[in-house]
Amino acid sequence: MKQVVRVAAGQGFWGDDLDAPRRQVEGGPIDYLMLDYLAEVTMSILQKQKARDPALGYARDFIGAIESILPGIVGKGVKVVANAGGVNPRDCATAVKAVAEKCGARGKLRIGVVSGDDLLDQLDAVLRDGHALANMDTGEPLSTVRDKVLSANAYIGSEPIVEALAQDANVVITGRSTDTALTMAPLRYEFGWKSNAWDQLAAGIVAGHIIECGAQCSGGNCLYDWRSIPDLANVGYPLVEAKSDGSFVVTKHPKTGGRISVPTVTEQLVYEMGDPRSYITPDVIADFTTIGLSREAENRVRVSGIKGRPPTDKLKVSIAYQAGFKAVGTLVYAWPDALDKAQLGDKVLRARLDRLGLRFDRVLTEFVGANATHGRLAGDQHGAPEVQLRFGVRGPDRAAVERFTREIAPLVLNGPPSVTGFAGGRPKVEEIVAYWPALIDKAVVKTSVEVIQ
Amino acid sequence: MRVQLVDIAHARSGDKGDTANVGLIALRAEWYPLLAQTVTRDRVAEHFRGMIEGGVERYELPNLNALNFLLHGALDGGGTLSLKTDAQGKVYSTALLRMSIDVPDAEASRLGLPGSR
Repeated sequence: MKQVVRVAAGQGFWGDDLDAPRRQVEGGPIDYLMLDYLAEVTMSILQKQKARDPALGYARDFIGAIESILPGIVGKGVKVVANAGGVNPRDCATAVKAVAEKCGARGKLRIGVVSGDDLLDQLDAVLRDGHALANMDTGEPLSTVRDKVLSANAYIGSEPIVEALAQDANVVITGRSTDTALTMAPLRYEFGWKSNAWDQLAAGIVAGHIIECGAQCSGGNCLYDWRSIPDLANVGYPLVEAKSDGSFVVTKHPKTGGRISVPTVTEQLVYEMGDPRSYITPDVIADFTTIGLSREAENRVRVSGIKGRPPTDKLKVSIAYQAGFKAVGTLVYAWPDALDKAQLGDKVLRARLDRLGLRFDRVLTEFVGANATHGRLAGDQHGAPEVQLRFGVRGPDRAAVERFTREIAPLVLNGPPSVTGFAGGRPKVEEIVAYWPALIDKAVVKTSVEVIQ
Repeated sequence: MRVQLVDIAHARSGDKGDTANVGLIALRAEWYPLLAQTVTRDRVAEHFRGMIEGGVERYELPNLNALNFLLHGALDGGGTLSLKTDAQGKVYSTALLRMSIDVPDAEASRLGLPGSR
């Protein structure tokens, strides 16, 4: 057994730094590269791509990432775990295989494909069997939006990834795995943690939570002492060096920018946190009030003491559904009296929409530069040098939203004065794909693992 | 004396649906008890009155010198439904740091708070 296993994060979401995976593989020794591509609504985007072309539906950035790190996988034995499969892990694997062959690495990859999280095809059967898939936030049953559902995926845990690694895969591709399982599974596999080793499993989950957002734990988006954080242009993505007892060190490669300190790691730990005693995953419930952090050396934070307990018998399901249309238009008003002019612009626009008989579920006005992010807490901003009027509408009727988008530009000539900032043209109508979180009995979701070479 | 949270704490926020979370972290470990004592659920609910539609929950993490607040109904529906600039609640953290608390001068001095004598 290895004394220390190093898992590095190379992608915090789909759209993150394209070069980060390569820098993580080349910048120093690592055993595993973990790539997280999936946010809540990413699955629906991928489902739409698959509907247009059945060979798509995965994170295509991943193929470029594999090409850039192939020497590390083949030459140094770095293994890759990624949820890049989206709603089509099998075709993602085929594309990975093709790029490996193109680069002269035919037969060098053993690609583990994890499937079974995608519930879209069995959704009606699941509902018929009495699983309401009620919205966790509102309690409404899924039947209220069933005909608008675009994707439905269970968040699956570490077990199928461990199984793929046990079958000697050096690239593991999953669909909707939990972000944290991508880090915990390699540790569980390497150290042979049993399925009831609650404290170790919880530690692996916490390690995953710390690095799943990439550089957000190594100086990116860090408020603490932000001016002194060095060389963000070359920010080092994080990695964990874990031991079999579950303790680990968060660090980054030498000669990189950013910072790893107790404050930078703490900020990431509280990010998107709910009840800290119950961080629920398919494998274990981690207790964030037991996490101990200490500075070991510069850019090295030691994490220990984590406690876990058995999980529930449910899995979370991420469902995406069509929820109407929206558009947001903006104009900028300049001093003097910038805010007053923007407020009059808002009033005029509302009166015109009213006169047109347009009805929306929601109309929201913000005055950027005065109150958009801090509301009334920002205080009096009537002396602001400029204020952006930001006007949004949302509703089920595309035509009404479309009509709204034509009402912004006229304000430049027939509304309040000192107005500019309309060069972007008419606002775009966006189709809203909304997120419906639900729970399902674990027994309903059957995962499977296939290894292709 | 009055102390603004921005001088004694840092913070990060995120979202879960229509709920924003704000993790409030003491800049120094010895200042955490002051945060835990003064930044109550009711104070935070009052601070954000009119800005959020639901209630506030509060959790303590003494191990991280941090408090975690859940602000329900803070994101105009949240996620892709929201029309807000800050649809994911990324900067609610800084809005909480605007809050001021009253600290007896002697205690402020004992704790070495910024601006104390």
